[in-house]
Amino acid sequence: MPWVLRGLREGVVTTRYPARPDPEADAWPGGIDVVERESTASDGEPENVCPTAAISRGDDGRLRLDRGRCVLCGRCVQARPDLFSVHRGTETARLSRRTLVVPESPDDDDEELGRLREDLGRRVRALRRSVHIRHVDAGSDGSDEWEVLALGNPVYDIHRLGIFFTASPRHADVLLVTGAGSLGMAEPLARTREAMPQPTVVIAAGTDAISGGLVSPSYATADGVGRMLPVDVWVPGSPPSPFSLLHGILLALGRIGEGDRRGRTDEADRRGRTGGGRQEGRA
Amino acid sequence: MSAEPVTGAATAETLRDEVAARVRDGQRFAGLSAGLTPDGVDLTALLAHDGTVEPLDVRLPPMATRFASLTPLVPAAFWYERAIRDLFGLEPYGHPRPDPLLLPLEDPSAPLPRPGKPGMPDDLPPDEFALPRVVTGPGLFTIPHGPVRSGVFESVEYLVETPGEDIPRLQIRLFGKHRGIEKRFEGMTPYDAVLLAERVEGIASVAHALAFAHAVERLAGAAVPRPAALVRVLHAELERVANHLDVALKLSDAAGLAVATARFGTHKERVLRLVGALCGSRFGRGVVVPGGVTAMPRLAPIEILDRLDRLQAAVEGDARALMATPSFLDRLRGTGRLDGALARSHGALGPVGRASGFHADARVERPYDAYPHLAMTPLPPRAAGDAMDRLKVRWDEVGQSFHLIRQVVQELRESPGDGTCAAPVHVEDGRALGWAEAPQGEVLYLLRVRQGRVTRCDPRSASFHNLVLLHEVFNGDILTDFPFIEASFGLSVAGAAR
Repeated sequence: MPWVLRGLREGVVTTRYPARPDPEADAWPGGIDVVERESTASDGEPENVCPTAAISRGDDGRLRLDRGRCVLCGRCVQARPDLFSVHRGTETARLSRRTLVVPESPDDDDEELGRLREDLGRRVRALRRSVHIRHVDAGSDGSDEWEVLALGNPVYDIHRLGIFFTASPRHADVLLVTGAGSLGMAEPLARTREAMPQPTVVIAAGTDAISGGLVSPSYATADGVGRMLPVDVWVPGSPPSPFSLLHGILLALGRIGEGDRRGRTDEADRRGRTGGGRQEGRA
Repeated sequence: MSAEPVTGAATAETLRDEVAARVRDGQRFAGLSAGLTPDGVDLTALLAHDGTVEPLDVRLPPMATRFASLTPLVPAAFWYERAIRDLFGLEPYGHPRPDPLLLPLEDPSAPLPRPGKPGMPDDLPPDEFALPRVVTGPGLFTIPHGPVRSGVFESVEYLVETPGEDIPRLQIRLFGKHRGIEKRFEGMTPYDAVLLAERVEGIASVAHALAFAHAVERLAGAAVPRPAALVRVLHAELERVANHLDVALKLSDAAGLAVATARFGTHKERVLRLVGALCGSRFGRGVVVPGGVTAMPRLAPIEILDRLDRLQAAVEGDARALMATPSFLDRLRGTGRLDGALARSHGALGPVGRASGFHADARVERPYDAYPHLAMTPLPPRAAGDAMDRLKVRWDEVGQSFHLIRQVVQELRESPGDGTCAAPVHVEDGRALGWAEAPQGEVLYLLRVRQGRVTRCDPRSASFHNLVLLHEVFNGDILTDFPFIEASFGLSVAGAAR
């Protein structure tokens, strides 16, 4: 049978996300939430179960979890299901490193976030439906590349959104960086960014890229790429799922919101989807 | 295995001669490792023979600055000794090309990581100019491929030295992705370290976690409960299917077969989703722990079997179509030929070795977990050593993996066990080896533990052992063959550069 017929065999396998919710994405364990309740003396020290020190106790005595350090090993949920729970959903990318910490502290500066969004909006306004991404691996474990590559397969088919991966930094609007920031890639990464037309947008993809994850501390990495170049969008995950990557890219382009930043339950998951996404289908 | 290294040679010279004699006798050279101890530096050569991996040790005095290179007699040690030179500052004298590999430094007197020595050194930024670029010959020039590749690939730099079309020589520069993993292992508990092992080579997470866990279990004398051993095989084999589909996808992409690329991409996505549905991670992370697994699969056996049936039918149909597409096969036939004698003397691992007629498979030689009781369909002999046979070996293995997974799921269905997922593990001080067969080939972990903490862990991936063979396979091939040859090896830079 010729290949063209094979290609037609299964009909459409492509997700409708972000125009429509995707059940796979909504059910996916994309992060860890801290169960909001008053802390008691019997809590002990749950921060010790975390292998990457993502869990901390704030000055107000509340537990916080930094998704930028979390590698989703699930030990906290296993050890203390009363304090931690699995977050269903993949809209985990954020514009500010600080807001990767859940639950957000009430005095978080929404003004700053607004400024970030505005600044980014100015830079991506001209891109519309022709967005070219240059990917650079700065010391990943190899799995992140698989997930980035998956965006091109028929299931995610990122081309339908007018987004393309490009081999040349000269054509690139967005720089997508994976890996813990190995020092050997510092120069090539800087040169790649230098070679891109201004303005650029930088996405740090994966917990390794955000904080170095389990690889940090090391004499050979910068504990994340944030110390190597300014980052606009942070996508947690070890590695981030293709849906999370897609969310991060669309967030960078201002075509989708940050999801429910307070974290949501399974029930709310099905309802809540932020405004930007819906327009995708019609456009 | 002895708790502390005592066996073996008195000097590096006797170690070299002993290893060379054993390799001549047909034993397989499986690696060379170093480790700093309070009494000096231990050099450990690993030799696989007769269903075991035997470590041969020599202890160099604490102030040693050099050792007798094995490479002139055992060429497979070529990269191992360069890595030891980079990390420990020990000069392998007699080595034909002792250039930096993992960590080229501007200042050769900088304090090196020296894995095994307590404490983390300051940042050591690699300096690419510390590497010589020597190209001579009329009309010869160098084409650098990478480190930022054209496409979504792992970073690595190939310096292709060419007069225009042929590729007479290739230099591989890995240091861009060196992450200092060996140093990072130190001081971790085995339970945390298994998570790091999963990230040494992310596309073979399960195999690395298994090799590490096996070393810990050997030290603890722990026996993995039967259902847990089955779950381990289930994930290891799904990982193999995903990796082999990735190779098929990259080869189809290199040949410009858009539909085939899309089809294999879809199948690979389905495998990753199946793994994700089983354990919550698309790469099987967090499944393996020392002593067993964290949990039983989240899908019912009957549903796993149902998904497998559909997957296998689709994969096999497309694989048959691919292997009947002449424009594709023309690119693979005779491309990147690895000589059978070289594969044997180097101890080429995994599909790369098997396609050249050399069979090293940890699941067969030293079966672990549930493998001793599972039937493995024999693979048809392949020996052409080209990209074509490497792909054929992968299809053979995919069939074998499906067969293994079916047996595992069937047994889980019939006897699901009492819910015990892991045996208790009390780790004794000492040293142990652990292994597993990754999709790339055998993974070997040499682990030292003291007072419940890892003091030294050397993760030897098949990618590190095999990648150096890329030097040897470009006889008569031209530049446009490069992506096919690279993809047909199916290796991960992360695992090699660690």
